[in-house]
Amino acid sequence: MTAPRPGLSPVGAPHAATTAAVGPGEGPALVIEGLRKSFGKLEVLRGIDLVLAEHEVVCLIGASGSGKSTLLRCVNLLEPIDAGRIVVEGEEITAPGVDVNRIRRRIGIVFQAFNLFPHMSVLDNVTLGPRKALRLAPAEAEARALEFLERIGLADKAREFPDRLSGGQQQRVAIARALAMRPDLLLLDEITSALDPELVGEVLRLVRELAEGGMTMLIATHEMGFARDIASRVCFLDAGRILEEGPPAAMFSAPREERTRQFLRRIVEAGRL
Amino acid sequence: MPASAGRPRRAGQPSAVRSTLVAVASTVVFFGVVAWVVVSSPGWPAVQASFFNGEVFASSAPSIVRAFWVNVQLFLIAEVLILALGLVIAVLRSLPGPVFFPVRLLTTAYVDGFRALPGVLVIYILGFGIPGLALPGVPVEPFLYAVVALTLVYSAYVSEVYRAGIESVHPSQEAAARSLGLTRFQALRHVILPQAVRRVIPPLLNDFIGLQKDTVLVSYIGVVEIFRQSYIQQAGNFNFTPYMVTALVFIVVTIPLARLTDVLIARDKRRQAAGGVR
Repeated sequence: MTAPRPGLSPVGAPHAATTAAVGPGEGPALVIEGLRKSFGKLEVLRGIDLVLAEHEVVCLIGASGSGKSTLLRCVNLLEPIDAGRIVVEGEEITAPGVDVNRIRRRIGIVFQAFNLFPHMSVLDNVTLGPRKALRLAPAEAEARALEFLERIGLADKAREFPDRLSGGQQQRVAIARALAMRPDLLLLDEITSALDPELVGEVLRLVRELAEGGMTMLIATHEMGFARDIASRVCFLDAGRILEEGPPAAMFSAPREERTRQFLRRIVEAGRL
Repeated sequence: MPASAGRPRRAGQPSAVRSTLVAVASTVVFFGVVAWVVVSSPGWPAVQASFFNGEVFASSAPSIVRAFWVNVQLFLIAEVLILALGLVIAVLRSLPGPVFFPVRLLTTAYVDGFRALPGVLVIYILGFGIPGLALPGVPVEPFLYAVVALTLVYSAYVSEVYRAGIESVHPSQEAAARSLGLTRFQALRHVILPQAVRRVIPPLLNDFIGLQKDTVLVSYIGVVEIFRQSYIQQAGNFNFTPYMVTALVFIVVTIPLARLTDVLIARDKRRQAAGGVR
């Protein structure tokens, strides 16, 4: 699979204007600094610092409620942040006055519950973004969508509606929908958590192919085996902070922090590692 | 699937054939008794003569059915305007954020106001009040004010139906649309509204049936429609049979729509049970 790099960006690199010293492909793909986010009195993210290099795949692990999903939603600007900044390909996307729609076109997200559009065919699900947000001609959007559906092995389902597909197929379509925007960065939010165990494999296989193709990804996951295989780095989130991070081999075999050890012990007891 | 496969029949439970027979028998007995009570009442001959007079029926029916065409025009034109205006109001009322507070305030006042007022009052006030201002260039056609009044009243109800539909679409659908870089309006137009409208088609049809019947209210401002025409016929014949003609016309027109609404509701239920909405 080829890497959808910024050079292929169909938006005509609209972010070039604000990209001063660091152009795409030179600096880090994603920089998060001092990110804080509260819902009412509950502070969910308490100062997150994280840097992703180009083509890097970083997995976020941690208990439910540790802030993994919120972090991803903040990066996609689906949640306004309270403090800190987020920089994608050299552009500060959390700066005031930034066009959120333009930013979101460059950052794909795949949700735990797929969130496909139930009233549209698979093909329309995948072409909606390219047609409406990128303003591609319908024929061009369709050609692009079919290309991605071909890659995920569901081209024959293009005319079906989502409710006719298995969970694994739906999630693969959701990934194709995000990829059809040719994003610079892909966020995956526990994308196998809602799947029957026998359907997890096909989705993880697809993500692995994307990683091999060079896609920069930030992945919240409970699949530790998958994280160990695919991640260049693993971050353990605990109570809204990155408590520990490192290469997967070190994280899973010799975690430094007691909280990390506890978490991994529970995962092992549950038979998930 | 044979009935016995899912739920074994217990001893003493009636079979399907027997259930049908019991239903038919009880229906016949019930309506037979009602009919007998009515027909054997002391005033029946007089009521029959003034409400069910065959000759008057035959002579008044053509003009009454012709007058119904005015009602049909009324409710068709008004329904198109109602569906459009109701949607606009619902969308404006759903706009989030402090900037849109005045918009929400105005639309809420509109919806509250026109749901509070009896429809016939709105028809009166507009139909007599506005032409009464005698402003130059302002039309005096009562038909026009009838359409406007019905549109104002019904769009308030219909906007609430739309709003319920919009709120029934899970926020994750909007998140998915916005995450692709669609604007708020695009997400509404392509993702939220298509799902919302599909879900509220049955209640919209319900309101359409209500509108059809409420078109008779405009007879009060001098539109000669079916109710006015049956009054004219009644006065001319000294007989109430023309009203029975009118009743029959409404039954013939609205019952198929009511059945269609039920069919659509049943279909939606089946879809939800199957786990998906198209």
